[in-house]
Amino acid sequence: MNQTKMMGGQMNSTVFISEFKRFIKFLYQEVKPRGKWLTPFNVISIPIILIGIIILYIRFTQGLGSVTNLSQDFPWGFWIGFDVVTGVAFAGGAYIITFVVYIMRVEKYHSIMRVTVLNGLLAYIFYAGALMLDLGKPWNIINPIIGNSFGYNSVLFLVAWHFLLYMIAEFVEFSPVIAEWLKWEKIRKFMTALTLGAVIFGITLSTLHQSGLGALFLLAKSKIHPLWYTEFIPILFFVSSIFAGLSMIIFEGSISHKVFKHRIDSKNHIAYDEIILGLAKGAAISMFVYYFFKALIFIHGEEWTLINDFWGVWFLVEVIGFVLIPCFMFAYGVRNRSLGIIKVASVMTLIGIILNRLNISIIAFNWTAAVKYYPSWQEIVVTLMVIFTEIWVFRWIVTRMPVFQKSQ
Amino acid sequence: MDRRNFFKTTVAVGAALSLKELYAEDIKDKKEFFGVLVDTTRCIGCRSCEITCAEEHDLFVPDVQKDSAFDQVRNTSVKQWSVVNRFETDKGEVFVKRQCMHCWQPACTSACLTNAMYKTKDGPVIWREDKCMGCRFCMVSCPFDIPKFEYHEWNPKIQKCNMCYERLTKGKKPACVEACPTDALMFGMKRDLMEIARHRVYNHPEKYVHKIYGEHEVGGTGWLYLSSAPFEQIGFRTDLGTTPYPEYTKEFLFSVPLVLFGVPALLLGLNLLTERKNESNKNDGWTNE
Repeated sequence: MNQTKMMGGQMNSTVFISEFKRFIKFLYQEVKPRGKWLTPFNVISIPIILIGIIILYIRFTQGLGSVTNLSQDFPWGFWIGFDVVTGVAFAGGAYIITFVVYIMRVEKYHSIMRVTVLNGLLAYIFYAGALMLDLGKPWNIINPIIGNSFGYNSVLFLVAWHFLLYMIAEFVEFSPVIAEWLKWEKIRKFMTALTLGAVIFGITLSTLHQSGLGALFLLAKSKIHPLWYTEFIPILFFVSSIFAGLSMIIFEGSISHKVFKHRIDSKNHIAYDEIILGLAKGAAISMFVYYFFKALIFIHGEEWTLINDFWGVWFLVEVIGFVLIPCFMFAYGVRNRSLGIIKVASVMTLIGIILNRLNISIIAFNWTAAVKYYPSWQEIVVTLMVIFTEIWVFRWIVTRMPVFQKSQ
Repeated sequence: MDRRNFFKTTVAVGAALSLKELYAEDIKDKKEFFGVLVDTTRCIGCRSCEITCAEEHDLFVPDVQKDSAFDQVRNTSVKQWSVVNRFETDKGEVFVKRQCMHCWQPACTSACLTNAMYKTKDGPVIWREDKCMGCRFCMVSCPFDIPKFEYHEWNPKIQKCNMCYERLTKGKKPACVEACPTDALMFGMKRDLMEIARHRVYNHPEKYVHKIYGEHEVGGTGWLYLSSAPFEQIGFRTDLGTTPYPEYTKEFLFSVPLVLFGVPALLLGLNLLTERKNESNKNDGWTNE
């Protein structure tokens, strides 16, 4: 009896070794680059990523001041205001789509499910990860994580933890795709069973940290221009993350449907127009709610007297020009089934989100300061580096894993 | 439990509760935050406080004879925890010392996610290097713009006045208070300092404006200021309000547990409601069976 057992063990181990060899070979095949090297994207992105690495080396050896324009008046600059605060709003699409597909069971959007979750996951890894570049003592980030020092009463504590947990939730949501790619059927089944839990957890975390990012600025009451400061910043951040996410899906989708055309089923191509129209409708409605909210806060705050100077006009540019107008454009585009107008509207909406987040975190922050803050070229290069690296990883994944289509 | 027992317990619990409250009040009386009263009418602008502060904390020691520091209004910096500025006001020249106000309920400590900014039991707000991760949220939140960050260090520190916490624990006064030759600075419990400040304002209404800066500002601060000229004219923000800064995020933080439990329940409910698998035949409509 012992012999048979041993035999079985041997059999298993040989199977395991050959299986492992196959896996290594498979990984090696997959890691190798595919396609042409000298594409326009590569030609632009590779030098920028290399320069970015040099800048980061200087930043970590000589301090933040050596490459950024940050000052005592502007402790948070482009890396926080754009990379983190704006980037996370753009990544809101994942929680909206998981809500619609898994909670409301609207099957129409299932085909964009995987790519949206992937985008969300990568956005959090890279943009929330960009936070690490901005921390003065990034190694001490371990303190609030391992419980060395919990600042429970801090909004930032909540936001930091939610980033971390949400990345895990997003990874669980995306993991069936990885398992499918590696042909690990058992793990795929197991991870798929976890999806609903991860989705519910993920949406809850999203509501809290999208609004939490806004709540950070509640503490800067004396510094943010009264047109932008309101006790409702958290709610505004949450609502605007809905249409920021939807616009990002439309914008990003219209690009990847061109670039990765051959990877997408023809059936999905036709259904895609319907998806865009649906997303645009959602964006139009949430934008109107947001606009209405803004107007209500403006009127109740009796802020009419503030509208006369530069800041008033700048406020109107943001709220009318990049919220209300794209909102109507979305509505018009949906009514006339015009995808062109919808795409333009999505770009305008994204610009509006950038304006809003930068206004609160940088432009209308310390608006009376004698020396204003402008990002240095190094800060912009590092931001581009983060974006390009994300696109590289995204491209690597979608050309290998079954993101756009079911695996054969 | 019968009625008699019930009453007994209620009375006992009630008594215990009220006792506990009394006891708590007792303790509060014994433990108070320290503070400093700055009487700007007494300040002659000698900057002894600046020098001794720099010496005490290994910072940049200014050459007060030669530098023309009063030409412009200076801010505290990574090398100066405390600065004295000169202001031309309706009441003539006024010198004002600036440093951390050591708020009763500080914005920076409610911003800090690692408790690196810490309100000690004695009153000083201190910064603890081993906890800080350098996010600079304390700087964003501070209504007085006090924490300063070392942008040109690979391992940066936050620099701000700590009210000489290391001296306080040894039973000594802050260095600046000890160095002041004109008693413009006075160290003590806020309750006592308020008595003295009010006394001066009431007795010399012609000398002081009828206000003690720091009594109510952002919920009260550890450092209190008296002035002959309106506080706007000597570099103070008078539009900060009297709400303690932690209050601004309190509601949001209260809503967090509600959302953490409420939203998943709602989502799960929605998910079950939209279940289509076992949907009955639509043509049947309502049946009573």
